[in-house]
Amino acid sequence: MPLLEIKGVTRRFGDLVAVDGVSLAIEAGEFFTLLGPSGCGKTTLLRMIAGFDEPDQGALFLDGRPLAGIPPEKRPVHTVFQSYALFPHMTVAGNIAFPLEMAGKPRGEIARRVAETLALVHLEEKGGAYPHELSGGQKQRVALARGLVNRPRLLLLDEPLGALDAKLREEMQVELINLQRDVGVTFVFVTHAQQEALALSHRIAVMNRGRVEQLDTPERLYTAPASRFVADFIGKINLVDVEVTGNSHGHAGLRSPALGDLAAEPGNGVVPGERGVLALRPELVRVAARGETVELRNRFPGTVRELLYLGDVTLYKVQLEAGPVIEALLANAAPGRAKLFKAGDAVTVAWRHDAGVFLRG
Amino acid sequence: MRRRAQWLLWGASLAVYAFLYVPLAVVVIFSFNDSLLNAEWVGFTLSWYRKLLADGEMLAAAGNSLAIALLSSALATVLGAMAGIAMQRWRLPWLPLLVLTPVAMPEILLGVSLLLFFRQVLDLTLGFFSILVAHVTFSIGFVAVIVRARLAGMDEGLLEAARDLGATPWMTFRRVTFPLILPALVAGFLMSFTLSIDDFVITFFVAGVGVTTLPLQIYSMIKVAVTPEVNAVSTLLMALTLTMVLAATRLAPDILRRGR
Ligand SMILES: Nc1ncnc2c1ncn2[C@@H]1O[C@H](COP(=O)(O)OP(=O)(O)OP(=O)(O)O)[C@@H](O)[C@H]1O
Ligand SMILES: [Mg+2]
Repeated sequence: MPLLEIKGVTRRFGDLVAVDGVSLAIEAGEFFTLLGPSGCGKTTLLRMIAGFDEPDQGALFLDGRPLAGIPPEKRPVHTVFQSYALFPHMTVAGNIAFPLEMAGKPRGEIARRVAETLALVHLEEKGGAYPHELSGGQKQRVALARGLVNRPRLLLLDEPLGALDAKLREEMQVELINLQRDVGVTFVFVTHAQQEALALSHRIAVMNRGRVEQLDTPERLYTAPASRFVADFIGKINLVDVEVTGNSHGHAGLRSPALGDLAAEPGNGVVPGERGVLALRPELVRVAARGETVELRNRFPGTVRELLYLGDVTLYKVQLEAGPVIEALLANAAPGRAKLFKAGDAVTVAWRHDAGVFLRG
Repeated sequence: MRRRAQWLLWGASLAVYAFLYVPLAVVVIFSFNDSLLNAEWVGFTLSWYRKLLADGEMLAAAGNSLAIALLSSALATVLGAMAGIAMQRWRLPWLPLLVLTPVAMPEILLGVSLLLFFRQVLDLTLGFFSILVAHVTFSIGFVAVIVRARLAGMDEGLLEAARDLGATPWMTFRRVTFPLILPALVAGFLMSFTLSIDDFVITFFVAGVGVTTLPLQIYSMIKVAVTPEVNAVSTLLMALTLTMVLAATRLAPDILRRGR
């Protein structure tokens, strides 16, 4: 039985459908992420799990028991808020002891578990400090410790790293992964940063306008996006308008109005005549100097229009002679030669027949 | 040009402050003057204060004032805090109107309407109780405003966090809301106390015949003449009020100075 089951949950605010018929199941021990753009209903869904809001339709089940009507304090679910919401009049230790006190734990146990949890988040020295005396990263750790100390069945994290700078954010991501593995508490993590979601999660539900667009592992979401929205939202991707021309013995054809016939594997179930896009990751696109011979069937002449040097890699935007602009991500492997091409270079852009994914719509 | 403007500014503010504080200083000085007339300085004495302490009526009035001030501010603090919390929590448009009207209402109007209410509607014998109720009425609004301001500056996520971490609504109040609004409660209490102890107009209407308060007593004395004894009691009252204001700034500096 899944730990948390969400069945057909809908929540409306007036005319706005914030959460629209969401169904999903979260297993015990999972690091589960809700990913989506701002306003897609992530927080609203989280608030219904925590008990601050009730669905208009559908139901939530924890360990198979319905959650309807159970107030937040009675749910074995704790939340790490984006604003941290640390109690300003309590010390760090006081904040962490709070959930244990509310659960009526004996004094000795509280002291022991507070000390343990402080050690877990590397704040042994800060037990006596007040929240306003802490840095952003330290506050973040206290909020995490407070949410974990009483070992909830489920820890909800609403963009907990949103307020941190990039470097600290990366450090905390690693700590989050370790922490979740060590304590074994199920995490439901909310973010609109796709990289963060890919880095942290066992599974990700990509949300758009209140619906779940795709629920999958990070690898599957990246390599086999189920919709144009998911492909576009996760990572960088080239989208080429195409039409299916045939689907016999695997080597089906796609035709692009601009590029002509393409060698591709549109996948099962596609029918000739269907329209959609070919989604192509930039790192799967090859770029060669115009003179070089390229063995691939999908190859098109073009000119490097812009490039973005990122240190380890460079992103090239190549204007194809046939019209479209294709982005390619190339490793700057050779020492002493950072960039392979410069703007204005005449190049050939190519990709393998199995590099792209056909997406309807 | 600029210098002249500055001198003018300094002169004007000096004049204003003199206008405010010279009369008070005169009262204080003459309370120590060894003469029955408030005319010229004769010599230092504490006899007016001694006389004051022997004046039974005056002591009774002071006792009433203190008791009413303490009780009414305690009640107003509780009720005002509840009103302030409700205003912040539910954002009902009519609630602030309801709570704040007595604050804005001319005192004389409030006095008359309370008198009518006590006499005609409740048929109450005027006295200690009617004064108490009247003082609570005009103090609630001040407490409510102070408490609400404090809550408005507080992260509402804190209350949700408390619930989320297992606190019942009551425990949330005890462990989070109450400690956070405590400075506002102290400030509200002290404010109500100073309002109550020197209220004249409203008390005048609802006091009846049996019970008198310090301001009423002073008024009845100066109907005859402004004696040095009046100066002495006024000085004491001033000292008490000043202490309260200072205490408020010490105990709840963040409220009275603004910001958090
Ligand atoms: N209490 C509310 N009353 C009215 N509308 C609301 C309320 N809460 C949320 N909404 C609306 O519901 C939609 C979803 O909001 P939600 O906060 O769940 O988005 P989100 O995915 O968490 O976005 P973000 O990444 O910006 O936090 C938004 O359009 C929001 O304006
Ligand atoms: Mg949100």
